[in-house]
Amino acid sequence: MFDYGYFSFESKDDLLNKAARFWNPGKVKFWTDTGTPMVIDRREGYRLYDMSGKSLIDLHLNGGTYNFGHRHPELVEVLKSGLDYFDMGNHWFPSVARAAFAEKLVNTAPHMKYAIFGAGGAEAVEIAIKTARYATKRKKIVSIIKGYHGHSGLSVATGDVRFSEIFLADRPDEFVQVPFNDLEALAQVLQKGDVAAFIIETIPATYGFPMPEAGYLKACQDMCHKYGAKIISDEVQTGLMRTGIMWGWQGYGMQPDIFVCGKGLGGGIYPISACLVTEECGQWQLEDGAAHISTAGGSELGCLVGHHVLEMLQRPEVISNIEFVAQFFAQSMAEMMVRHGDIFCGIRQRGVVIGLEFDHPEGAVAVSRALYENGIWAIFSSLDKRVLQFKPGVVKDVELCQEIMDRFDAAMPRARQFLSRMRKVQ
Amino acid sequence: MENCVRLNVPDRNLSSARMKVMRAAWAAKYFSKFDRQSILNIAEAVADAGFEKADYFAEWAVQETSYGVVEHKTLKNQLCTHDLLAYYRDLDLITPRVDTRRKVIELPSPAGVVFALAPATNPIATIYFKVMLAILSRNAIVISPHPVAKTCSVAAAQHLADAAEVAGAPAGIIQCVEEPSVSLVEDIMGSDKINVILATGGSQMVRAAYSSGNPAIGVGPGNGVAFIDPSADVDAAAKCLVESKSFDNSVLCTSESICLTLEKNRGNMERALRSAGSHICNAEDSDRLRDFLWGDNGFNLAAIGKSADWIAHEAGIRVHAATKVLVPVIEHPGQDDALFREKLCPVLTLTAAVDFGQALTFAAHVARRGAGHSAAFHGNNNDRLIAFSGSVPVHRVVVNAPCSQGAAGFATHLPPSFMIGTGYAGRSSVSENIGPQHLTHWKKVAFARDAVADLDEINFDVMYDTLLKTPPASISASRDSLPQFTEDTLRTLIREELRNLRGVQS
Ligand SMILES: Cc1ncc(COP(=O)(O)O)c(C=O)c1O
Repeated sequence: MFDYGYFSFESKDDLLNKAARFWNPGKVKFWTDTGTPMVIDRREGYRLYDMSGKSLIDLHLNGGTYNFGHRHPELVEVLKSGLDYFDMGNHWFPSVARAAFAEKLVNTAPHMKYAIFGAGGAEAVEIAIKTARYATKRKKIVSIIKGYHGHSGLSVATGDVRFSEIFLADRPDEFVQVPFNDLEALAQVLQKGDVAAFIIETIPATYGFPMPEAGYLKACQDMCHKYGAKIISDEVQTGLMRTGIMWGWQGYGMQPDIFVCGKGLGGGIYPISACLVTEECGQWQLEDGAAHISTAGGSELGCLVGHHVLEMLQRPEVISNIEFVAQFFAQSMAEMMVRHGDIFCGIRQRGVVIGLEFDHPEGAVAVSRALYENGIWAIFSSLDKRVLQFKPGVVKDVELCQEIMDRFDAAMPRARQFLSRMRKVQ
Repeated sequence: MENCVRLNVPDRNLSSARMKVMRAAWAAKYFSKFDRQSILNIAEAVADAGFEKADYFAEWAVQETSYGVVEHKTLKNQLCTHDLLAYYRDLDLITPRVDTRRKVIELPSPAGVVFALAPATNPIATIYFKVMLAILSRNAIVISPHPVAKTCSVAAAQHLADAAEVAGAPAGIIQCVEEPSVSLVEDIMGSDKINVILATGGSQMVRAAYSSGNPAIGVGPGNGVAFIDPSADVDAAAKCLVESKSFDNSVLCTSESICLTLEKNRGNMERALRSAGSHICNAEDSDRLRDFLWGDNGFNLAAIGKSADWIAHEAGIRVHAATKVLVPVIEHPGQDDALFREKLCPVLTLTAAVDFGQALTFAAHVARRGAGHSAAFHGNNNDRLIAFSGSVPVHRVVVNAPCSQGAAGFATHLPPSFMIGTGYAGRSSVSENIGPQHLTHWKKVAFARDAVADLDEINFDVMYDTLLKTPPASISASRDSLPQFTEDTLRTLIREELRNLRGVQS
């Protein structure tokens, strides 16, 4: 019996049935079929507990949402304190939390002028695209093949057709895609002079974190500017120190015209996202400040939490910890590759953004399942299932990291078993 | 209302201290695998850095705390650098030990993260000392200084940390809490992320360390009694006493508190003490001194570490400007006089027993107030020395030497230390002078008694996983964090490994 006071369930199966019945049958079935039928119940630090009581170390972090782990006590304290004073606030008016947070955000990227808030990543992308269109008076948006920017109207149109066609939300005339790491292809599109913006994740997450080639991102930026287009960095998964620096683009010598962040910005406890724009791009806010509005965007509680998230990320101890965590996994994974090189064939890493390549088109699905059995939750990349997303948080400690590697090592033989079965089926 | 903070803000200092501990654990992971030469190089660099600024931090400490004497603090700081290193240089806590006869192998295992408290009276020397111990035993250390000495302490710790890192130590190996408080210290002491506490400070702190649930090495207060046997050269003894008692205005817990002699010897002793630079108090002076030093709330904190001259002035006693030590006289040792308690200032109570028997009883009685700590014996009669040593409940008896320096190993051959173990008698886990060996345990690998064991050529390198040995270099933001391995070299490695495996199988 799972009695939560407000509602109760007989068992995990009971919950799964109701979830399938009232919520989303497809998702429920998918995870059951995949062998990772997780229903997250309790959660604390970097640990999740399935309804069955099974404990899992979270290396998915929901894309960095749980950068600080689940319910980080300090962030919870901040939110609780905020609740004694604020609520979501009224998006029409200036507010102390919003102004302070906007200032703090802009200070992390001094070439930016304004921070415009949303509640989720897609909403911030929406703002970014609208802003670029305003600034250029052009409509066309270029993104990369297998890029991912969310599922709202404009953002979903930038992404894989799997998510847009089903809703007739693809707009091939306005949204063009080019291959990642292919400057030539980008040039061809930009040359026509009708592109408003090129939007790109600094390291494409859902694509499995392929690394941008040296100079690629900066060259994209220069090329955009050459042809009068804006460049938008999607920092939803690469921001907030995850690449070892506050914003991923800072490590690639870029100065995007617009960038968006979300996920971990709200500490995993209160949704908030932001789109930062340069003075030039932000002119619409002078023309009509209410041209874009959102009731839940920039809620004051979210601003308070986000403000503290940034403050925590700027602490020298946290920065140092990130270096230790990144270095630890670089070394440990290299060692694992020596040991399990027959199936584990590549590491993509920058800071705590890590993708692990396995030698099978669906390799990461098998490995995810093997890890799940061994107490680790890490998800495959939806758009490249060879690659496992392996995303440690910024305040993981040495013991937990060691435990992760021990479990990883133990899971490899099981992964090998799954993979050889999959190969036989083929 | 206008000026009060409207929201509750989490304790930033506490969370930063917790993160320091976490960082220390990372650093310790790598540091614990360092080889002996690297450790000695780092220790050397830290010693150099400490020595170079010994006077600078001594001055800063006196200025910040108002305790002690700059020259003496300088000396103490210096002693914790090259002298300490020289003493422990040959104590190898790194190389595994093999006892072929007993068929036992011992592998060193450093503690991990040391949480160290440093007192207000000896802020810098304690930090220097504990840092050296941590380095020599391959541990990371997080220091929590006394709040009244925090600024100089943070700067000193940073100075040593910089030197250690330049010499190759992992970042985070030496850290210091910037804003210490009682609640912060209690929180960290109770954390399961620290491995051992080195507690120096007030009794309450030391007891809290032991109650924290974590392993702790704490030391108790002293109340040194110096017995001047009739066989002693009184002038030499008085010189020792004055030198010891005036050293750093007596903030060391090893310094003598009471000078005990026999009645027939008292006049002699008074004269000798006077000519060595003391002021012998008459009954009125002694009363004034007692009133000044003890109020309703116990010992007058303002008197700690102040000069004899200053204390005399405050107490209303007229003394010669060059007076180094104030000597109140309590004629009969049986009395329960406050002046027989510990005094962290240059006040040495003189008393005299009717015979050696009474002297022993009294010495044992007062030493119980500083149980497990130190006492001194001056004279040449070994029988009485042994009888005295046997009856006082202390763990070290310093003979014919200044006790403050002698017990701390600077005027004797005891290990040099600013942590004087007070043993079970003094509610401590260690009775010796604390050294780096207390921060390393030895894993024992034992063979069956009558089995044949070939222990001659053991390859200990297998312990050090080559891939994990190197400490992390700082990751620069613009560099992908796979510094040692490009994918190509990795692939080559793997190919080789696979080939080897196949080779073995065929
Ligand atoms: C890079 C990137 N951009 C945008 C989004 C969309 O964010 P949200 O789901 O909050 O709308 C995501 C979500 O996974 C993302 O990974």
